[in-house]
Amino acid sequence: MADADPLIVVDDLTVGYDERVILEHVSFSVARGEVFVILGGSGSGKSTLLKHMIGLYPPLEGRVVIDGRDLTAAEGDERRDILKGIGVMYQSGALFGSMTLAENVRLPLEEYTALPAAAIDLVARMKLELVGLEQFSGHLPAEISGGMQKRAAIARAMALDPPILFLDEPSAGLDPITSAELDALILRLRRALGMTFVIVTHELPSIYAIADRVIMLDKRTRGISAVGDPRVLRDESDDAYVRQFFRREAEAAAA
Amino acid sequence: MASCAVSDLPDGRRVIALAGRLDAASVPSIWDPVHRALDDAPARPVTVDAAEVESCDGAGIALLVDLASHARAAPVEVVRMRPDVDTLYRQFDLARLEHDLDPPPKPLGVVPEIGRATYRVSRDLAEMVSFVGALAAALAYAIAHPASVRWRDVWRICERVGADALPIVALISFLLGLILAFQSAVPMKRFGAEIFVADLLGLSVLRELGPLMTAILLAGRSGAAFAAEIGTMTVNQEVDALTTMGLDPVRFLVTPRIIAALLMTPLLTLFANLVALAGGALTMETFQIPLVTFFKELDSAVDITDFMAGWAKSFVFAFLIAAVGCMRGLQTSAGASAVGDSATRAVVSGIILLVIADGIFAYLYFVLDI
Repeated sequence: MADADPLIVVDDLTVGYDERVILEHVSFSVARGEVFVILGGSGSGKSTLLKHMIGLYPPLEGRVVIDGRDLTAAEGDERRDILKGIGVMYQSGALFGSMTLAENVRLPLEEYTALPAAAIDLVARMKLELVGLEQFSGHLPAEISGGMQKRAAIARAMALDPPILFLDEPSAGLDPITSAELDALILRLRRALGMTFVIVTHELPSIYAIADRVIMLDKRTRGISAVGDPRVLRDESDDAYVRQFFRREAEAAAA
Repeated sequence: MASCAVSDLPDGRRVIALAGRLDAASVPSIWDPVHRALDDAPARPVTVDAAEVESCDGAGIALLVDLASHARAAPVEVVRMRPDVDTLYRQFDLARLEHDLDPPPKPLGVVPEIGRATYRVSRDLAEMVSFVGALAAALAYAIAHPASVRWRDVWRICERVGADALPIVALISFLLGLILAFQSAVPMKRFGAEIFVADLLGLSVLRELGPLMTAILLAGRSGAAFAAEIGTMTVNQEVDALTTMGLDPVRFLVTPRIIAALLMTPLLTLFANLVALAGGALTMETFQIPLVTFFKELDSAVDITDFMAGWAKSFVFAFLIAAVGCMRGLQTSAGASAVGDSATRAVVSGIILLVIADGIFAYLYFVLDI
C-alpha cells in the first residue's frame, strides 16, 4: 500500500537544530488516503520530524517531496503552492487569538481565493459545521474549551480543502470522550473527502482506532525502529523496544 | 538521633558502627566524624556496620552511598543493613553516582567568550539585514498591491498606537513645555529677556524635543507592545501557522504595524508640539507675558523650515520603532521569559536607534544648513 502511489516522500532526511542532530537518514513514504501515525517516546523527534515535513525548518540533509514536488528546494510561489496543498493543526491549536473562529477559518480563503465575501463566509461556516462548531463561529478562541479549539484548528486547516492534513498531538490533554470524537472526525473526513492524514501522537487507543500504518522513532538510533500496522507491530515485532513501547503503554492504558 | 562508633580490629580493619535513625535531622551531626574516620586511616579497609540503623530517609541513604563510593586506597563496604534499608540502598547504582553525569559546562576562556560574543553580534546584525530586506520587499508589495494590506488590522493598530496614546503624550508634552519654559524664564528674567523664552521653546520643541519625546513614548508603549504581541504569537505557534499557510509573517504582521505607526506618529508629533507650546505659553502668563505676545514672538522666531525639519524626523522615528519592535517579536525564542526579553530588547534597541538617527539628522541639517 505504501509505495504504489506515494503522496509524501521523505527521502534520506537528517534533521536537527544547530549542531544537535535529532534524526539521521530517515526515509519513508505516505500513500494517498492513508492515516499515517508518527510514534515514539519523548525526545525521539516526532514533532521535529513533523515540522520539517511541513517545511517550517530546512533539513540538514535530504528532502521532502509532496505530491511529486520538492518542498525542501521550493521557493516563492512554488512553495506557496505546495503549502496550499497541506493543512496543519498545531499541538496548541495556534488559532489567532484576536480573531473569532469564523475569521480564523476565513483567513486562508481571503488570502488565497477570489471568492466573494458572502461565499467565503458560507464556506467558513460549513467548515465549522463539519467539526461541529457552527454555533460558536463568533467566539474568540479564548472563549471555548481546549478540545473545541483543536476542532476549530482542524476546520481552519481544512479551509482550502488540502489533500493532506498534518496533526500534531491532536488528542493531547483531551478527555477520552472528546479524544474519541476527534478520532471519529478524522475517519469521517477521510471517508468523505479522501484526505490523507499524518498524525503525531502516542495515544495508543487512538492509534488502534485510526492508523493504517505507524512509524516508530527511536531516540537511541536517531532513526526509525519500526514501520507497519500497529496491531501487527504490537503482536509480532522482533524489536524489543517496539514491543515494550506497545505493551507498556497498553498496560498503562488498561489500568 | 544517630550515632557512630569507630573501632579498629586486630587484622587492621576499621569498623564504623552506625546506629539510630539516619535522617535529614541527624545526618549532619555524624557526617563529618564518619568521614574523618575514613580519611584518618586511608590504607585500612573499612566496614560500615549498619545493623543498628533503625531507619533511613534520603539523607541517610546518601550517607551510606557516599561512604560506599568513597575514593580511597582501601575498599569500603556497607554491611548488615536491615531489609527495608537494604531495599532503599539498592535503588542506587554506585558507579553511576560517582560522577555528575551532566556536569555544568566549563566556563570558557576569555578568547572563546569574545569569539562567541562576536558571533552573536554578527548573527544579530545579519538577522537585522535580512529582516530589513524582507521588510522592504513586503512594503514594496504593499505599495504595488494596496488591496493586499490588511486594512482592518491597520485601523485597529492605528487606534491603539495613535488615539490611545493621546492622554500620555498630552501629559508629557504639556509638562515638558511647562518645565522648559519655567526653567529658562527664571534666569532670563534677570536680564529682562524672558520674552525670548518663546524663541527657545519654539525652536527646541519643534526641531528636537517634540518628535523625540513622542518617539520615545512610542518606543515604550507601542514598540514594546508590538514585540510582546508578535512574541506571544511566536510562542503560541501562530507565526508557524501563518508560515505553513504560505503567508509571509512579515507581510501579515509587520506591514500593518509599520503603516499604522507611519500614519499615527507624525500626527502625535503635531499634537505634542502644540501641547508643549501651550504649556510654555501658560507658564509665561505667570511671568506677565500675555498669550498674544508669546505667540507673536514665537511666530517671528520659527518658520516652516524649523517645523518641517522636526516633523520629517517623526516619519523616520516611527519606522525605526515599529520595525525594531516587530523584529524583536519575531525573534522571540521559547519559554516564559522570552516575551518579556523581546519587549525589553525592543525598547532598548528602539531608543538606541532613535538617538543614532537623531544624531545623523543633526549632522545632516548642519551640513545642509537647514
